[in-house]
Amino acid sequence: MSVEVTVTVNGEQRSAVVDARMTLADFLRHELGLTGTHLGCEHGVCGSCTVLVDGASARSCLMLAAQAAGTEITTIEGLAVDGALNQLQQAMRDSHGFQCGFCTPGFLMTATELLRENPHPSEEEVREAISGNICRCTGYQSIVAGILQAAELIYE
Amino acid sequence: MKPPPFDYRSPSSLDEALALRSEYAYDSVVLAGGQSLMPMLNLRLARPEVLIDLGRVAELAEISELDGGVSLGAMTRQRSAERSDLIRGRAPLLQQALGHVGHPTIRNRGTVGGSLAHADPAAELPAVCVALDAELVARSVASERTIAAEDFYLGFMTTALAPDELLVEVRIPAAAGLLRTAFVEVARRHGDFALVGVAAALALDDAGVITDARLAFTGVAGLPVRATDAEASLRGALAGPEAFAEAAGLVAGQLQPRTDAHATSDYRRRIAGVLARRALEEAIS
Repeated sequence: MSVEVTVTVNGEQRSAVVDARMTLADFLRHELGLTGTHLGCEHGVCGSCTVLVDGASARSCLMLAAQAAGTEITTIEGLAVDGALNQLQQAMRDSHGFQCGFCTPGFLMTATELLRENPHPSEEEVREAISGNICRCTGYQSIVAGILQAAELIYE
Repeated sequence: MKPPPFDYRSPSSLDEALALRSEYAYDSVVLAGGQSLMPMLNLRLARPEVLIDLGRVAELAEISELDGGVSLGAMTRQRSAERSDLIRGRAPLLQQALGHVGHPTIRNRGTVGGSLAHADPAAELPAVCVALDAELVARSVASERTIAAEDFYLGFMTTALAPDELLVEVRIPAAAGLLRTAFVEVARRHGDFALVGVAAALALDDAGVITDARLAFTGVAGLPVRATDAEASLRGALAGPEAFAEAAGLVAGQLQPRTDAHATSDYRRRIAGVLARRALEEAIS
């Protein structure tokens, strides 16, 4: 069964006719070519595929594209401002907040939501917020440091 | 693509959703927040002919006041419930339990009714509903009935819902003084499924004597379980370490948890008692 899905992704309206069973993650990657959203476990455990749906973080492997019809979606490709890293991206880079980079898009989207809702998070609040994202390279110290540094940059 | 093929229906009203449920019954599954069903589809553990998505049925997502208690539409997102002032005031135990449900990102999508109807034996919300004598409202095209939470759960991932029914509302009655509450659980990592969890609620009189007590466990059986012996021992006792220790001992005696890959029966029974004591202490602190 096919469904027509129209979404606004990173400010741009996009449409495609897709199989009803297609996940939002596959829709973003295969139909729209936005391969910055990564797929790790595909059953909601690793957090790599996290995007913002109407401003709220969601795992795009646990949503159908059809469910997302009519929503506004922000992916990792939507964070940079005029081709330059935004403050969160810059702070994560400066803190060496990633290694292989696979989990990074999910962490950044989760952190984007956190900093929007809680501009001055404590370290504990940061750890709670990213508890659903898994990094298999580094441990989490530098990721937490990057998010805390971003909070300082954005609101100083 | 990971999910198996299905027909996707996205009703925009409850009547339309009920008609679809009546038409397809056993051949359909209901998509609420999808945080449990989508993994099951991706792993092909669920292979429905028709998927009925309730995401556009706006009338099912309301939180409202109900005779001193609170009513939640089944499609209320867990995150909205967590942030609701009304729920904080009327059903603090529900709010405490929500903090243990998955992670914030999961709660953004996950729904209260979805979790209750999915009936995972390690889920937090069924235990809360059983502890607080919540009523679950089931609708079909022809009828509406109210089911006591305790009667709603029949066994491992099995509820009293008929195949043509939808869970539409959860009614949490006025607390009747049961305002000293806590939810405590043990999981391998924060946000994982609970190995054992307990919802505790106490009502105290001015002298600190317990007038009513509830202890409902998750993760110790196929369905949420009230520790009725421990509850009885608490009623009439002075709230404090002595009464809590006695109740904790009775908990371990009454429960017969299962052994699985994550924990043995003995371990679960042991921590159930410990968690009961901690929850009771936290409830009065």
